[in-house]
Amino acid sequence: MNKDSKLSIFTKGIIAENPVLRLVLGTCPTLAVTTSALNGIGMGLSATFVLVCSGAVISLLRNVIPSKVRIPSYITIIAGFVTIVQMLVKAFLPDIDAALGIFLPLIVVNCIILARAEMFAAKNPVLPSILDGLGMGIGFTATLTAMGIIRELIGAGTIFSIPVTANFIDPMLVMILPPGGFFVFGILVAVSNTLANKKGKPVVESIGCSGCSENGNCPFAGNMDKCEKPDAAEIEAAKEEAKEAEAQKPSEEELKEAEEELKEAKAELEKAEEETSAATPSNQDGKEEE
Amino acid sequence: MPEQSLWSMVISVLLAGILTDNMVLSKFLGICPFLGVSKKLNTAFAMGMAVILVMLLATAVTYPIYVFLLVPTGLEYLQTIAFILVIAALVQMLEVVMKKFMPPLYKALGIYLPLITTNCAVLGITILHFTNQRIIDFAASNGGYASGKVFTVAMANALGAGLGFLLSMILFAGVRARLEKSNVPKFLQGLPITLIAAAIVALSFLGFAGVVK
Repeated sequence: MNKDSKLSIFTKGIIAENPVLRLVLGTCPTLAVTTSALNGIGMGLSATFVLVCSGAVISLLRNVIPSKVRIPSYITIIAGFVTIVQMLVKAFLPDIDAALGIFLPLIVVNCIILARAEMFAAKNPVLPSILDGLGMGIGFTATLTAMGIIRELIGAGTIFSIPVTANFIDPMLVMILPPGGFFVFGILVAVSNTLANKKGKPVVESIGCSGCSENGNCPFAGNMDKCEKPDAAEIEAAKEEAKEAEAQKPSEEELKEAEEELKEAKAELEKAEEETSAATPSNQDGKEEE
Repeated sequence: MPEQSLWSMVISVLLAGILTDNMVLSKFLGICPFLGVSKKLNTAFAMGMAVILVMLLATAVTYPIYVFLLVPTGLEYLQTIAFILVIAALVQMLEVVMKKFMPPLYKALGIYLPLITTNCAVLGITILHFTNQRIIDFAASNGGYASGKVFTVAMANALGAGLGFLLSMILFAGVRARLEKSNVPKFLQGLPITLIAAAIVALSFLGFAGVVK
């Protein structure tokens, strides 16, 4: 990460690694709160605040927190800042609070924040972590606002509650209902994929390892078919199993003994076969007689 | 709103959770597993069962914590922190207990448990018990949240939400299986067509609007 300049740390979150369109993180709030442009901004700014603050604190504590309990520690830190945002929004922006509803407390489990904590803040000094959080937050806010504008324009005919097409076109209500959320997000991802493809960058296939908050902590994160990062406990379990299997493996002497036994057994088997082959003709004769 | 008996309330909450207020398709909770784990029917089913289990357990634990600990002490604002920590600890404990005492169940559901710790559907449902207008109304006419009746309704709410999640996972796994074999325009290949398919599934669920009063 040292190679990256501070500017690139800040800007990569906005376009190149846009958390919503490129990393596919935080899909739940993206779909749920973008029924209007204002809600998108409200959600985006709340998440940005939490991203920056939790990034700074986690980065400060990165050498103190034992790695085994890091996820619960991160969640606690994040939850603290989310509570602060909740109280602030409730006190000063009650309309936004009503519109965002349950998704304000749910910033705690927003994959973007935990993923940035795990992937960036836990490994970098304070200033880059803040810049990373800020860049990611701006990317998140911009995408949410764009989606909010599209859905509000088609679904209600307004932008930021200012009538645009509402006076002469009947709005398509379905766009601000849940299906519209999935649809607009699908189209946006398709557009960003096409642009990425033109620049020779990989397209987003599905929610993969990078799209999961348990990234690096779960055996099959997101993509159940192929995950390159099995979790630590599983690796340990596999190692123990391998050890046990090795312990059960016979030593060379035992192997030789077993081979000798096998030879003896084979010899016996041959003898027995000879005997039976000698015996069978008489049996067959017996059968024929019957 | 007329007074409702406990059972009619339980049934309406269950139906609402499964059909009209579907967790994934109308509340947008738990989108990550919905898109990530729905490639195969068996994984989708196991994930859904794990979510039902954790939702029920989480409700059983966080509901009393909120009603008997946070509300009397005036610490309602700690709801978010308390709930997420309790759920995280609960899932960890569930994993350990399952591993020790129910190895077959652990084999079937265990790998999905870490995914559920930070699943917004689980945290969401525990918070929604206290913001759902239907339950608030029922609590107001039945002696408040401390009453056992309201707790029963909350458990039914959790079960309904879980079943709704399971239903949408299974439905969507079926849709995706068809999608794998179809000829998708290059522009929409991958995640976009999955999202658009989800939009159509969500559209069909709009038809249930008004089923539950």
